[in-house]
Amino acid sequence: MKTWLDAWPVFRQLTGSDPLGRGHAARSKATEQTVSRTATADRVAKSVCPYCAVGCGQRVFVKDEQIVQIEGDPDSPISRGRLCPKGSASKQLVTSPTRVTTVKYRRPYATDWEDLDLDTAMEMIADRVLAAREKGWQDEDAGKRVNRTMGVASLGGATLDNEENYLMKKLYSAMGAVQIENQARI
Amino acid sequence: MAECHPVGFQWVSEAKAKGAKIIHIDPRFTRTSAIADLHVPIRMGTDIAFLGGLIKYVLDNDLYFKEYVVAYTNAAALVGEDFVDAEDLDGLFSGFDPETGQYDESSWQYEGAEQVAAAGQRSPGQPGYSGTYEATTEGDEEETGEADDPQRAAEQDASDEDPSVKASDRGQAAGSGGPSIPGKPKRDETLQHPRTVFQVLKRHFARYTPEMVAEVTGIEPEVFEQVAKWVTSNSNRERTTAWVYSVGWTQHSVGAQYIRTASILQALLGNMGRPGGGIMALRGHASIQGSTDVPTLFNILPGYLPMPHALQHHTLADYVASSAGKAGFWGNMDAYMTSLLKAWFGDAAQPENDFGFDWLPKINGDHSSYRTIADMIAGKVHGYFLVGENPSVGHPNGKMNRFGLANLDWLVVRDLQMIESATFWKEGPEIESGEMAPETIGTEVFFMPAATHVEKEGTFTQTQRLLQWREKAVEPPMDARSDLWFFFHLGRLLRERLAGSTDPKDQPLLNLTWDYPTIGETQDPDAEAVLREINGVGPDGKALSSYTEMKADGSTSGGCWIYTGVYADEVNQAARRKSHREQGPVASEWGWAWPANRRMLYNRASADPEGKPWSERKRYVWWDEESGRWTGVDTPDFEATKRPDYQPPEGAKAQDAISGVDPFIMQGDGKAWLYAPAGLTDGPMPTHYEPAESVVENALYGTQSNPTIERIAGPWNRENPSMSEVFPFQVTTYRLTEHHTAGGMSRTLPYLSELQPEFFVEVSPELAELRGLTNGEFATLVSARSAIEAKVLVTERIRPIKLRSGQVVHQIGMPYHWSYAGLSTGDNANDLLGIVLDANTHIQEDKVSTADIIPGRRPRGPELLDFVEGYRMRAGVKSGRVGINGREPDEDPSKMEEAGA
Repeated sequence: MKTWLDAWPVFRQLTGSDPLGRGHAARSKATEQTVSRTATADRVAKSVCPYCAVGCGQRVFVKDEQIVQIEGDPDSPISRGRLCPKGSASKQLVTSPTRVTTVKYRRPYATDWEDLDLDTAMEMIADRVLAAREKGWQDEDAGKRVNRTMGVASLGGATLDNEENYLMKKLYSAMGAVQIENQARI
Repeated sequence: MAECHPVGFQWVSEAKAKGAKIIHIDPRFTRTSAIADLHVPIRMGTDIAFLGGLIKYVLDNDLYFKEYVVAYTNAAALVGEDFVDAEDLDGLFSGFDPETGQYDESSWQYEGAEQVAAAGQRSPGQPGYSGTYEATTEGDEEETGEADDPQRAAEQDASDEDPSVKASDRGQAAGSGGPSIPGKPKRDETLQHPRTVFQVLKRHFARYTPEMVAEVTGIEPEVFEQVAKWVTSNSNRERTTAWVYSVGWTQHSVGAQYIRTASILQALLGNMGRPGGGIMALRGHASIQGSTDVPTLFNILPGYLPMPHALQHHTLADYVASSAGKAGFWGNMDAYMTSLLKAWFGDAAQPENDFGFDWLPKINGDHSSYRTIADMIAGKVHGYFLVGENPSVGHPNGKMNRFGLANLDWLVVRDLQMIESATFWKEGPEIESGEMAPETIGTEVFFMPAATHVEKEGTFTQTQRLLQWREKAVEPPMDARSDLWFFFHLGRLLRERLAGSTDPKDQPLLNLTWDYPTIGETQDPDAEAVLREINGVGPDGKALSSYTEMKADGSTSGGCWIYTGVYADEVNQAARRKSHREQGPVASEWGWAWPANRRMLYNRASADPEGKPWSERKRYVWWDEESGRWTGVDTPDFEATKRPDYQPPEGAKAQDAISGVDPFIMQGDGKAWLYAPAGLTDGPMPTHYEPAESVVENALYGTQSNPTIERIAGPWNRENPSMSEVFPFQVTTYRLTEHHTAGGMSRTLPYLSELQPEFFVEVSPELAELRGLTNGEFATLVSARSAIEAKVLVTERIRPIKLRSGQVVHQIGMPYHWSYAGLSTGDNANDLLGIVLDANTHIQEDKVSTADIIPGRRPRGPELLDFVEGYRMRAGVKSGRVGINGREPDEDPSKMEEAGA
């Protein structure tokens, strides 16, 4: 029969099989009922840490289409399950409350942001790319054929995927832009 | 390494536990020093003197790996008679033109290899034609043109008049293709001939004695001796030594030569291509290696193919000509390039139209990041994309970067958080100082929210060339999209707008292969389809397995030849995840490494010339006579069935011209280079120069700093004079474990901001006393660019360096993560720094500069500008006053009014 005494850890320690009180005697009901988020996740995606270039394996735990935890991947021959402070904090990179998830637009000479629809922004950017390309177009430079534009430049971070870098270089080259750079130079 | 690549450092700790000696060379004492057997504090900016001292130690004491050096390096090659060393010209090599600040490298060549033009510019029978030697770097050819072809020389002169076109453009070729050299230089395998590379090297480093090392670097001779003993006694048949570096070596005005010095040392010690050896670049971002391989860089195309150059690449034939006769795998550049053009332009790329080669834009000068910023300030650039990059904080001279952004027509920022580069127009420091105001800035800004690494699929290439596929865990929220989505749909819109255009300049866009399958509601393009295009496809429509299958006839495609094989057998090899517990230490079945899933480059050097392992302990790849193949624990970095005794027949090309004892198969001679007869803008051998901003006079030569330094002049980028009493201290910048680069991915995270909550500078107790600085209080740092404030951390972790001359050099350390946005804020360390560049790489020297430091907070508002101007005046530096938004101060005021209208 369970009594109120069972809820008292000292009683459990003195009467049970855990006299040192370092095992189940010390566990509360709340602790017993606690389950890790990794255990209740719907699925796990295999990923890679986005910070430095060591390339530690990550396991990304998803529940109800939300990231609930990111941990080191013990299978990785590079990291063997370990993550540094940044990698360990990377869930906050995804779930940060200050993350901006809608388009913001600043008009020339304006003092503040405005909201803008994503599709409209894409159309506006496409118009501006063509205009800047035209404005900076050079068929020749110093008498030599260059068929390029000096009107559009780009600088990418080095957390871009290879596939993204590839499409960027391909598209920029086709539009004639050459001032295409990356953190990899910095 | 323990600070910035902590999880990678577990392997160093493990090596130490197994008995390896760990030496840490760094101006600061860090977590790495705490684990190391020996911490060697070095005066910042003097690594060539230190490494040069080790080279001399190895040569003087006959400690080099003789068989390795003779067989696998160019030690035996003879250098031409015209070469004059820096030892004899007070720090300059032969060929220097003080007018242009550039070298003509023709006198650095091997004996018998006179400068000749690329095959494409010259036909058999013409003077200078050579069937065996093809110049490849752009500079070679232009200089040749100038020297002996009047028509080309005239063209060259014409182009010289435009300052954006440089006479010598070798800086743009660095890092692309392979430098060209004659196939077979004259050799003296006894290494005794005075003009062998070996003897030239000996003379070059003769003055790098332990005493000179101490004089320059501040490292005591006993400590130097200890390092030299440990390194050399650990480099032989049985043992190997590895060097690990990061931007502490690259971000210098002699950065490329730092790496060269280490390469020479490692080649002499036989530590290249062998397990436990090598020189490891610890790169700092998740896919920074990938961003170099599949570059968004101005001077290269995917796979290190050079961008077409206006002065030499008029046709595809011109472009590939430089490689046509080249030995080694660069000899197949025509196949790599044709496959790239087929990947990009598909059926529109045909032999009749040169596979669309002319659709590619051409470069003719430095179009790198910093030059582009200066062009923005000058109003020459109209639109700018920032894709996960925050130059306002992460680049030196933040102010100059912000001035660039303020002079654009439009700016697109793609990021996760509202970074400083997106808000400069209303919150940047120049608003407070009065140099900018929102009402004067016409830049239209689009902030486009990006997807995180778990909200998209794709590959990162980590620092060991390993591609690892990431699965998509969830959809990105709201308007957030992957960069793949953004550029695919931008391309789609551009093509829709131009449909039907007959304008020649629109043809490349219209002919682009741009029909990637899309997935889901948001129509994200299928990243695997892109990866497969990068891999390449054969005539049968199946994914290629190896770049050796690529053809120059247009029958194969492939967007990045070095990545061919990542989709072999129609399988995404980068997604392989076989646990390390289920495979050997090389772990070949985890991800995929370029090239050909080789985990160690040039690993044929792990066997002796006959193909046997140098020792049982260090066996890795070897020749198996029975099966007639190379075998081992890794994919051999050598043609599998090329016998060790293979000698190339007369007239052999590409890889066929590489003999069975030449492990360095990407080099034209198959050898590791102790001396670079071509390919570098600032000398065939490394030489110690002081940094552009130094408090010390060069003890070795009258030439104070690298004579080829690239400068970007303007009132917003003034330089501190060396040995100035006004800027008496050396400064370096670095990262902290708890933050990431410009802070957009760390200052916005609560945990990390709590761990490292504010900007600080590290100073020694001696400097604190000298300047009256108090631990925990503010100090102001001043340079010719700006003044910033930070909390003072007085610590013995950074110490003054006492030189043999008696001079004491005080050093200051600054983490560079902070600015005004995010949860943890502070002044921006990079605002203190100026921009001077290594001409090889166009990388800035931000690992060493000078400044003053005084107690207290910096002035606010316009007073800050007066304060810094006062320092400039006292130091004899030109005014740094600028007009509105960084434009020239004397700019027509009516224009400014117009801008404000």
